[in-house]
Amino acid sequence: MTALIEVGSVSKQFGSIRAVDSVSFTVNRGEVLGFLGPNGAGKSTTMRIITGFLTPTSGSASVCGYDLAEEGIAARARLGYLPEGSPLYGEMTALEFLRFTASVRGLSTSKVAERIKWVVGQLGLGPVLAQPIETLSKGFKRRVGLAQSVLHDPDVLILDEPTDGLDPNQKHEVRGLIRTMSAHKAIIISTHLLEEVDAVCTRAMVINHGKVIVDCTPDELASMSRYRNAVTVCASTSSGGDLRVTLEGLAGVSSVEHVPKATVSNRFIAFPKDGKSIVGEVTRHLQEKGWEIEELEVDGGRLDEVFRDLTTTGSAKKPLH
Amino acid sequence: MIQILSIFRREFSGYFSTPIAYVFIVIFLFLNCIFTFFLGDIYARGQADLEPFFTWHPWLYLFLVPALAMRLWSEERRVGTVELLMTLPVTVWQAVLGKYLAAWAFTGIALMLTFPVWITVNYLGDPDNGVVIAAYIGSFLMAGAYLAIGACISALTKNQVIAFVVAVVVCFLFTITGLPMVTNLFSSWAPQAVIETISSLSFVTNFQNISRGVIDARNLVYFASLIVFWLFVNTLVVGNRDGA
Repeated sequence: MTALIEVGSVSKQFGSIRAVDSVSFTVNRGEVLGFLGPNGAGKSTTMRIITGFLTPTSGSASVCGYDLAEEGIAARARLGYLPEGSPLYGEMTALEFLRFTASVRGLSTSKVAERIKWVVGQLGLGPVLAQPIETLSKGFKRRVGLAQSVLHDPDVLILDEPTDGLDPNQKHEVRGLIRTMSAHKAIIISTHLLEEVDAVCTRAMVINHGKVIVDCTPDELASMSRYRNAVTVCASTSSGGDLRVTLEGLAGVSSVEHVPKATVSNRFIAFPKDGKSIVGEVTRHLQEKGWEIEELEVDGGRLDEVFRDLTTTGSAKKPLH
Repeated sequence: MIQILSIFRREFSGYFSTPIAYVFIVIFLFLNCIFTFFLGDIYARGQADLEPFFTWHPWLYLFLVPALAMRLWSEERRVGTVELLMTLPVTVWQAVLGKYLAAWAFTGIALMLTFPVWITVNYLGDPDNGVVIAAYIGSFLMAGAYLAIGACISALTKNQVIAFVVAVVVCFLFTITGLPMVTNLFSSWAPQAVIETISSLSFVTNFQNISRGVIDARNLVYFASLIVFWLFVNTLVVGNRDGA
């Protein structure tokens, strides 16, 4: 594996505000890195430094081995970038706009036609190609921005909130596109949507106050959740006995909470000790009691809870790096 | 080179895909006619030349060129497309030059569309067409200088109104320095050399020299160096994006 993106102790100071604070990481070909963090955490600033839009106060960034400060043109030729909010030239039509970026990038005429055909097919832009961009819906604008970023088939893709403003179907398609391309590119996406991390990222990085708090796989991130391997169970205890007491009595269970639904009240969630799997133990005991299990659900871990923990208390419970 | 050309084409066609081009050209031609035929009273002079036409150009450009230049960069900053543009593989000066040349070419077209005035004078009399061509070149250069100031100032702000007002003020300073009202302020106490230097910094003085048909290297160098200087500052402003 080769590192296509290298960020070496990059800091960025805006007046008295330290937007990015000695951030270092590398992204290899085949990786999709998800930037997570609250608004103003430094995600966009970091992306702007990698794309060469902003110069870091200290540290360096390189793309495909080209340093942004020394060989910015070579570096930027190899990356595609979707800026936050997908700014576009509103008076141009989608097709004119794509042709413009292709010609600035020096793509040959035959290549341009081939690539435009590909992105238009991938992103479903066919019906709006001849329309001025300012008349398009938010979803189409986002897709035109995405089309521009992948038009030249770059090795490195930096996408700032690529699915913001898309409906669930469009989100699904864009994520599919990112996954398809991910095998031979290094991709960074930023997102507020934690399900997106699960859906497309091979690696997740939580950033807060300009610092990298956690850098791990989405699964490892989920495993920091107290919900990891927690079992939600609903059973009819008609033969007598109390579900809550039974669950609390199990060796692997650390605590039990009542989680009633509108229609069923006898529903509990059992948290495991140290995140170990307890579903086997729970089912075995319930079956021994002869209770009928109506619902049984094992949690993989709740990213939103981990995210809240990491970014509001300011320190991770189990920092991996 | 392909980058400059691509940016030039995008910017240039941008004028024509919005009403800007048509409004600008119509108003430019309309004001030119008013100034030439009414204020300049070209007929009553009884002379077949275009002096009443060109005399007003500095004052026309003073307001119209900043209006054209104000959106060049501040619009990109406001919408955020500057982030898109500057993360393409282009250098700052390529972007600055491409956009500037597009706007300058556009003013060139507006200027060329004044040709009926020239035809009229040729129809009525027998002007020195060499002088007319020199004056057209001078006027085009002067428009370029006003434009370079406007482009640079537009890169300083996201707000087009501020860009316009500040550009008009700066352009105004460059316009009036050679006029008697300014030189008189200095004539009582400053040495002649200083007054001449101040006066030689004026658009009007330099333009008048060229429009009399004398294409002097000094006047050409004046406009060229002014354009280069303001475009250079423009690249510095666009290159420093920390405030964007």
